[in-house]
Parts: sequence; C-alpha cells; structure tokens
Amino acid sequence: MHSHPTHHRPPEVSARPGRAAFFDVDGTLISTNVVHAFGYYAQNEGSVAGILKRSLGTVASIPLFAALNLVDRKVFNEFFYRSYAGFSEDRLLTMSEDLFEDLLKGAIYPRAQDLITEARRAGCRIVFITGGMDFTMAPLAKYLGADDLIANQMQFVGGKATGKVIPPIIEGANKANVIRDYCEKHHIALNLSHAYSDSASDYAMLTVVGRPTAVNPDLRLRALARSYNWPILDLR
Amino acid sequence: MRPLKTLKKLYDEESHVVIQEKGSPPRFLFYGEDFWLEDLPVGTRIIYPRPPLEAVPNLKASIRYAINHPEQMEPLHALLRPGMKVTVALDDISLPLPPMRTPDVRQAVLEIVLELLADSGVDDVHLVIANALHRRMTDAEMKRMVGEKIFDAFFPDRYYNHDAEDPDGIVEMERTSHGEVVAMNRRAAESDLLIYVNINLVPMDGGHKSVGTGLTNYDSLRAHHNPQTIRDSASYMEPERSALHKSTERIGRVIDKNLKVFHIETVLNNRAFDGQMEWLMKKEEDFTEFDRMKFHATQFALKQMPRALKRKMFFSIPAAYDVIGVYAGATEPTHQKTLETCWKQYSVPVEGQSDIVIFGMPYVSPYNVNSILNPLLVQVMACGYLYNLNRGVPLVKKGGVIIITHPLYDEFDPEHHAPYIEFFHRLLPETRDAKVLEHKYEREFAKNPSYVHLYRKGNSYHGAHPFYMWYWGENGRQHVGKLICAGAENNHVPALMGWDRTDTLSEAIDMARGFMGRNASISVVKCPPILQTDVRL
Repeated sequence: MHSHPTHHRPPEVSARPGRAAFFDVDGTLISTNVVHAFGYYAQNEGSVAGILKRSLGTVASIPLFAALNLVDRKVFNEFFYRSYAGFSEDRLLTMSEDLFEDLLKGAIYPRAQDLITEARRAGCRIVFITGGMDFTMAPLAKYLGADDLIANQMQFVGGKATGKVIPPIIEGANKANVIRDYCEKHHIALNLSHAYSDSASDYAMLTVVGRPTAVNPDLRLRALARSYNWPILDLR
Repeated sequence: MRPLKTLKKLYDEESHVVIQEKGSPPRFLFYGEDFWLEDLPVGTRIIYPRPPLEAVPNLKASIRYAINHPEQMEPLHALLRPGMKVTVALDDISLPLPPMRTPDVRQAVLEIVLELLADSGVDDVHLVIANALHRRMTDAEMKRMVGEKIFDAFFPDRYYNHDAEDPDGIVEMERTSHGEVVAMNRRAAESDLLIYVNINLVPMDGGHKSVGTGLTNYDSLRAHHNPQTIRDSASYMEPERSALHKSTERIGRVIDKNLKVFHIETVLNNRAFDGQMEWLMKKEEDFTEFDRMKFHATQFALKQMPRALKRKMFFSIPAAYDVIGVYAGATEPTHQKTLETCWKQYSVPVEGQSDIVIFGMPYVSPYNVNSILNPLLVQVMACGYLYNLNRGVPLVKKGGVIIITHPLYDEFDPEHHAPYIEFFHRLLPETRDAKVLEHKYEREFAKNPSYVHLYRKGNSYHGAHPFYMWYWGENGRQHVGKLICAGAENNHVPALMGWDRTDTLSEAIDMARGFMGRNASISVVKCPPILQTDVRL
C-alpha cells in the first residue's frame, strides 16, 4: 500500500462512512511536475560531473519524455523513474526539503490552500494522490495540511535508488484502484468523496468517486467535464 | 348615469385589459431572446402593465428629504458621531431588471450618504453588496453600480461582496422565537450603524428581507428558503400572507434589536424600455407604422443573430427606470410606504381568474444578468415569479394551464450557474419532489467544496441556490394542472421538468383547451414591463 500518513490518525470507526477529498498534485495544486523535481535533483547531484551528466541527460531526454507522455503516461513514468537510478536515499531525502523550499512552495497555486480548507470544512479527509515520488511530495503534503499522501515509492538497494518504482505505479487507472482500496480501508464512502485533477489522464480517478471536479483542466479534461457536468475550477 | 369620476376610474382600470376581437391586431410575445407575433383566439384577455408613473422631480432632493425626515427614527445626520463605524449595504445586480441606466439609483443615494458621513467625521465606512448566496458581482459590474469616483475610493478593501461562506466573516445573534438561526455579516453586525440602500421593484423585496436575507449565510436562509415555507406562502408578493416574509420578519426583528439599521428604500417605475425599444411598452392597438416597422426590423435582425450575440445585445440596453419614491428610517414603517408606492405602479385590477394563462418568457430573470436564462431559471420565472405576480389570488385557476413561450434550450453558464448543471442533469431525472431534493441533496450541494470555492472565488451562485430555484416554483407547480412550453426546441428539457411542449402557440392553446375544455378562458400577461394582477373574484 502506497500510503504514507503525514499525520498519524487512527482509522475512523463509526457506523456512518466518512468522506475524503483526493487531490492530484502536479498541475492541480502546483504548477510544477515530476520532471521539474527531477531536474532539481539533477542540478544538485553533488559533483560537477554528476550535475553535468544528469542535467544534460535530462535536457536531452525532454523530447522523448514529451513524446512518451503523449503516447502513454504509464510508459512515461516507468522510463522517467529510471533516471533516478544511483541517487543515494539520504541525499534525496535531504534535497527534498530544499526542493520544497526552493521550487515547490513558490509553485503552489494561489487558491489551492483555499480549496483544501473548504474541503476540510466540508468534513473531508484530505488525501494527495500523485505520480510524484513520496520523498518529494511529503514536505508539500505536510505544508498544505494533507492527512495522507499516496505517492510512488522508489526502490532502494544498499541505500541507492535502483530507478525502479515499487509497483503498482501510481498513475492513470491505478489511481482509481488505490482510491478504492483506501476508501475501503478507512471506511470512506466513495460516492460521497471528491476528486480533483487537471488532466484527462486522471479520468479513472475522477470517475471512481461520486463528486469529481476538473481543476485547471487541459482541453481534453475540460471537454470531459462539460460532457459529464463536472464543476470546473481555476486555482491559478 | 355614472358620474364622470367613476367613469374615469373605470376607464383607467380597464384600459390595462384588452379583449381580443376579430379585427384586433396580432400580439407580440417575448420568446427568450426573440419575439413571436401571434394571432390570439377571439375573446382572449390581454393584460398590460400600467404606464410608468412620473418620476420624483428632483431625485437628490428626494433622497435628502427622506434621510432628513425618516420614518420613526432620528434623521441620518443625527445618528452620526465622529469616529463611528458604519457599513452601507447595497442590493446586488439582481435588482433592477434589466439593469438600469447609469447613474444607478444606488450611486445617487451613496453620493449623498457618503458625503454626509465624511462631513460628520465618519471615516470607517465599508460598502458591502448584500448578495447572500447570489453570485459575486464582477469588478466591472461593481463599478457600474456605484460610479467611478466611489469605486476608486473604496474598492477593493472597503467595497466588496458579502461572503456567506467566510467562517470568520459571519456572526450569529440569538435565535428567533421559532428557533431560526440569525447569522449576519460580521462587519455589518459589529458596526455602530448599518445603512441599507434598497431598490424595490416588486413588493417581495425590501423591508426585513433586505438585511435578513442579503447579509446572511446558508444556515439562516434554510429557515425560510425551504419547500414547506414556500407552500405556506399564499403569495410571495403580499408580505402579510407569506410565511416566507413572516420568517424574515422574525429574523429582522432580532437584527433590529441588536443593531441600529437605517433603511433607505427606493421605488422605481416600470419604464423598462425606451428609445428604439419603446414600442415594447405599448399596446399593439397604439402602434404607429414606425413602431410596426421597428418591431419587424428587430424580429428580423434577431433571427439572423447567434443566441450569444442576442443576449449581449439585450443586456447592453439598460432600462430607463425613474425613481418614483424614496423613503428612509426604521424597517417596518419605511417599507410600508415603499409597498404603497409599489402597488400604485404595478397593481392591475382584473375580474376573475382564467383557465389558461399565457406568459411570453423574456431573456432575463433576477439570476441571469449578463448570462443565460437556463431551463431552471425558465422554471423559476414561470412557476415562481410570473405565476406569483399577483395580489393574493393567482390569475390562473386551480388546476388550470400555464403556457410559456421559450426555446427552453439545454444551455447553462458554467461560470455563473455551475451547481445548476448538476442539479438539473443529475437530480431532476431522479425526482422532482422538492421535499425529497431538500432532504437528500441540498446540504450536500451547499457544502460541496467545489461549489463553495466557485461561489467564494469565482462568480458562481452558491451550491444551495438551484434548490431555492426549484422550491420557488413549488406553489406554481402545486397549483397548475399542466404547464406547456410553446416553442421548446427539444423534448428532454420539458420532460425533465414535467412539462408538455409544442412547436407553436396555437398548438399549445389547442392542447390546453383539450385539457380545460373548449370554452376555457384565456389570459395573456404582457410582462415585462412588470405588472401584478389584482384579481377580483
């Protein structure tokens, strides 16, 4: 289970099911994405040779990343996470705090915190569900007051990243499965829960809950939201 | 022989009602953003509004006189102390309809009141739009309403929309004797004086309803914006016969007990159209050749235009309303005077009810200024507003038929009416029962973070608002036996609302006669401009 509670709360035990609000992060709550985060790690790799290798490698891969992202988000993720191979675990953890302060904090959309606060006022448990890495997203989840973070976990062997993500990768249709499992585990009603995303690739995540909302949607998601009468928000 | 005085009175009263005869001209009717020209059956009764009453000769003098000679309160200048905290609340863009020509009457009142406040050493002044759960007005709309000078001086820190969902912006007073929540805008509640600047277009507006509904939140509105209260209100337009108004009165009295409220109420005449559109104010019998030409030219031009452009055109024509009364002071005596003037303008006496009543449906309602009259709003206009524009007795008989003329397109504005879309397409297919909708879904919509967000940060009506629209039509739905939409361009929208549809008005009349009998009486209400029938049984 790819669940990393940032605040430890016992599961709610009551006859009445609770409700949750599931937020995609990249593009929904913040203006950066997984590639920006990796770029930051690459630039702060530790040695000049390392910085050069990873930075140039990342820049060179951009057309490939873009093409893969268009073709299949799953293939993109698998390919992309290979770039992390060789990073040390404690280095990544240390850098993730700096990454948050230097990059992510300033990239939070102005109205993101308002929406999260409103979801909490409505009695929702706040859950971030993202294709980003858990170590990258943890400081952000804590800052924005999420109760839980569901993110990809990197496999480490001997303290070094292998470049492989512990399956299943959190993306696309898998997000819906993970949300369903999460709701079952935490006694949450799917039909009363909310989901927020910016991308049509999260269609499954949006349709699995009873109250989907498109946030800063791309063209495909905007069209879908119009067709299915989902609300459309702009947090920018 | 009747004395001249009686004859004159009879003539005045009856001239607003015309019976269609063999040689009578065809009648034009609003059909959304278009017009229909219809030959009505002989014997049809056509009810016209009264001509606009004459404006007060000097508006500024009238405002000054009202605030210097208020009803059961000291004059405004005597209530002011240097350094005090004052909030001025204003009616929102839902009044008047269509929006009036600038300077808006609210601007005229503010120019005098703000000058007086400044001269009295009152600097802590905020202007709050009493929009309740209505959409926030845009910056441009706010500017238009108060004029550039006031806007520049107060916006955005001291001139803003009320936020019913701001957890820190609402305070609760004690509950009413009936347990109703009395919640209020914090700034207004914590002021030494609240001045409410109102526009009264129909008798439903103003009085305790101004502060009690305009500056409150969802929890307080639930006390009276619910299906049962609506069912218990024989007439929305007659406060003494309305459970809705009784509830707002109880709430208003608690507010008046806790806070000094100085009302400035203004009454407008019904001059909704003038200039090139003045023919809309006339009976067809009084049309000149030029008027007929203008009508046909308008009808032709509209047919060529896309719907969005037609809307833009209509909303760019402001109404030429004049102020016919300004009253100020304590809530109840001030409003009493307002209502008297209102009735003088709007009340049209008619003899008896009709089996079939036809309303030409215009492009505008209180909730779609600068936007689309979506199906839910057509419903609220038909079963809520137009049906209720009476003085106690509905024009249509119990079990009778209402016919409206509207395309009933399945179009919603996602920016202004976001929760309406889900209400209409997800909830109405499940049930049309207002009580079931209230019980099962109202709170969920009201608390939906997406809708709360769109209300607070965007320009959308609140999540509870589509429910209020449905409840508003409750009395009309309960009263009529059939509602037919003539000209509805699809089947599913009327079916979702439980209505019948026809392509033309004559088919609708045939269908209604099939339901009510061949000798069914027919009335046509020519509104706008606004009128209220005073039915004598």
